[in-house]
Amino acid sequence: MHSFNLLFNSVLTHFIMREIDVDHLAAVIAELSIEASTVANDDLVKSLQGALKNESSPVGRSVLGQLLENIDIAREEKTPICQDTGFTVVYLDVGQDVHFTGGDLTEAINRGVAAGYVDGYLRKSIVRNPITDPQNTGDNTPAIIHTHIVPGEKVGITLLPKGGGSENMSRLKMMKPADGVEGIRQFVIDTVSNAGGNPCPPTVVGVGVGGTFDHVAWLAKKAITRKHGQRSPNPKLAQWETQWLEEINKLGIGPAGLGGNTTSLELFIEEHPRHIATFPVAVNIQCHADRVKTRTI
Amino acid sequence: MQKKLTTPLSEETVRDLKIGDEVLLSGTIYTARDAAHKKLVDMLEKNEPLPFDIKGSVIYYVGPTPARPGQVIGAAGPTTSYRMDSFVKPLLQAGMKGMIGKGGRSQPVLDGIKEHNAVYFGATGGAAALLAKTIKKAEVIAFDELGAEAVRKLLVEDMPLMVINDPEGNDLYIQGREKWARV
Repeated sequence: MHSFNLLFNSVLTHFIMREIDVDHLAAVIAELSIEASTVANDDLVKSLQGALKNESSPVGRSVLGQLLENIDIAREEKTPICQDTGFTVVYLDVGQDVHFTGGDLTEAINRGVAAGYVDGYLRKSIVRNPITDPQNTGDNTPAIIHTHIVPGEKVGITLLPKGGGSENMSRLKMMKPADGVEGIRQFVIDTVSNAGGNPCPPTVVGVGVGGTFDHVAWLAKKAITRKHGQRSPNPKLAQWETQWLEEINKLGIGPAGLGGNTTSLELFIEEHPRHIATFPVAVNIQCHADRVKTRTI
Repeated sequence: MQKKLTTPLSEETVRDLKIGDEVLLSGTIYTARDAAHKKLVDMLEKNEPLPFDIKGSVIYYVGPTPARPGQVIGAAGPTTSYRMDSFVKPLLQAGMKGMIGKGGRSQPVLDGIKEHNAVYFGATGGAAALLAKTIKKAEVIAFDELGAEAVRKLLVEDMPLMVINDPEGNDLYIQGREKWARV
């Protein structure tokens, strides 16, 4: 009976599980790494074109013009949009009916990153043992990998090469529940204001609210993977996204920090349940080289 | 005002620069970022010769991507300058005249720029493919082991820059922002 069950289960598994070879995933990761670094998304281009129309400062318009020209050159010559080709962040939404075969999933993802960064002539920016024995890993691995199990038999892959300059201007604060929405608004505006021209404006501002100390930072980064122009489905959040962005664009920082009314292109807010005693807020800044690529396999 | 400049920069050339001047820079410049700066300043402290002539030199804060076959250099936009601030003073004392980067500098750097009649140029952050096209030659001349952070000798032609900090102590980031702020 026992052996029959085992046999039955393995036959059943064979029929209902979709098998995906990890080598296939590695190849997709390699492709997305190169594509993200060299080909700007249409929503970003539209967003920059819109900013160019609305920018009042002549210097600001000249910078935005350079950024659009840079995107064209990068696409034509397969040169990275920015020399900082980032820390590779990979979000995997794994369908629960998927069975990965052919080896270790994490190893495969890193193999894909290494192939993309070496074959694609991208910059290797990752230093292992940062305090004990700093050494460049030579292939931009390891990636930061966030895996979520979801219903279905597909795998959604979102790859974000995250630059260091804008990451350095990001902030996290454990606020008091009494600080409320006003406290968050002030923290967001202050973070962008203090960053000035450092994070390569016009930026995208990702705001996470709630969850735990670690989760709120995840939320803020996940927020910046949203498409330009896409408001939160929550009407209140959507309203604050618009209002706070307007306020940021009155700071005067402008394109490249040289003055103007385009400091940020987008502001995205994500919220998550919080503990009654805590009120975590994170602001993750993304430079104008907003390189997010998504694919489903 | 648009100005065409050639390196090495003379005292008179630098003295005439004003914030907001658009500069097209040509000639030889050198790259260095965090790790290379530490090494250069260590060499100065030990009275060792630097790997390039620093008198009138311009240092570009950049860590380019590797060149594809047939390319001079990969993408080569500026990195954020404040990380180099603590190394600037000894380099200015040794004769460096210009720095190229992005983002604001600390007060000691602004003071040093004024004291040594130097200049800080901004290049557009993230316009790395566009800036790379103005680089006609590139060779690693020191600290090869640092990879992207090695010191490179670059020959540039009409590299588009903007004067951010001039020898009079002005700061375009502050003045530009004040001009456009609506709060």
